[in-house]
Amino acid sequence: MSKIAAMTPETDQPLADPATARWQDFFQLLKPRVMSLVVFTGLTGLLAAREPMHPVLAAVAVLCIALGAGASGALNMWFDADIDGLMRRTRGRPVPSGKVRGDDAAALGVVLSLLSVMLLGMAVNWLAAGLLAFTIVFYAVVYTMWLKRWTTQNIVIGGLAGALPPAIGWAAATGSAPLNAWLMVAIIFLWTPPHFWALSLYITTDYAKAGVPMLPVIKGAKHTRLQILIYSLILIPVCLSPVLTGLGGPLYLAVAGLGGAVFLLLAVRVFLSKAGDSADPRAADRDLYEVTEDVKAAGAKAARNLFAFSILYLFAMFAALLGEAVLGVKALELLR
Amino acid sequence: MNKLVEDDAAAKARKGRNIALGLGLVAFVLLIFVVTVVRLGANVANRPF
Repeated sequence: MSKIAAMTPETDQPLADPATARWQDFFQLLKPRVMSLVVFTGLTGLLAAREPMHPVLAAVAVLCIALGAGASGALNMWFDADIDGLMRRTRGRPVPSGKVRGDDAAALGVVLSLLSVMLLGMAVNWLAAGLLAFTIVFYAVVYTMWLKRWTTQNIVIGGLAGALPPAIGWAAATGSAPLNAWLMVAIIFLWTPPHFWALSLYITTDYAKAGVPMLPVIKGAKHTRLQILIYSLILIPVCLSPVLTGLGGPLYLAVAGLGGAVFLLLAVRVFLSKAGDSADPRAADRDLYEVTEDVKAAGAKAARNLFAFSILYLFAMFAALLGEAVLGVKALELLR
Repeated sequence: MNKLVEDDAAAKARKGRNIALGLGLVAFVLLIFVVTVVRLGANVANRPF
């Protein structure tokens, strides 16, 4: 961990006055972009269960999943304010920028956690509420407070929190969590490492500066590129498995199969590239997601392509499951 | 910022926060009411008088 200990925290941003915090700043604590993804996967789990459910209770279930995810985000931003302030991607967040006090972020996180779990339990069922409570604790405590700063496997294990919403949705609709619900969890769980490591290959210096032991920072870019390929090779068969167990239909098979082939191709390209080998060439004041000639020259293009496609791939697979459930398309059961 | 006299920006921000909190509370009350009605459904007539 000597690499981590050598990093000295530094901030050059003038702090805002918390007295002028707008409600929008508190809303940003809930990580609305992450929340929208969680709502999407949770709703897919709820509908893919194909069990009749009162629309009001279904809406409450999705709202609770969203609030629970938001609560996790607020607790994460409270605890991680010190390292968030050191990274370009996160230093504008409400707590490190001084717009919202850390204590207020923590209070919002705790209140929303209790509210979402209790409401889901009382309005829908306690299995779904229990899974939501586990998800919040896993993200806020196990991932944020423990894994993130301790091990290179942080996002692998911590990814479970982001993977659970489909199981919560399924449990809300049926009161149970069978194999198909956990297959959806497994897809997101195995998708997370190649997705995040592709990103971390081209923002390595940011993570190193903050002392977060991301895989490329500790083990190097070459090892990370190999790990991306290994996880991709495991991910694709798992993505195809829903057509064996009566979860995915022909549309899903086409999306998961074709998308999986592209995903593998991009993962192989990352493996063969030099992504992450040289330092991030971008100046501090430039957009993190901007692709310029010097970024391309640094070999980051392959990693960027995989990162961007991974988002599309996951979205397309869950959209296919959602679409098939809504349209009543019969799922394939090739295993039986 | 003067600790005793709130400046315009702080007052405007506080007003916005209070309105958002108020709307949130009203939405929460309505949500609990609707959930109660849905959960009880027709069973509301089954109570002993």
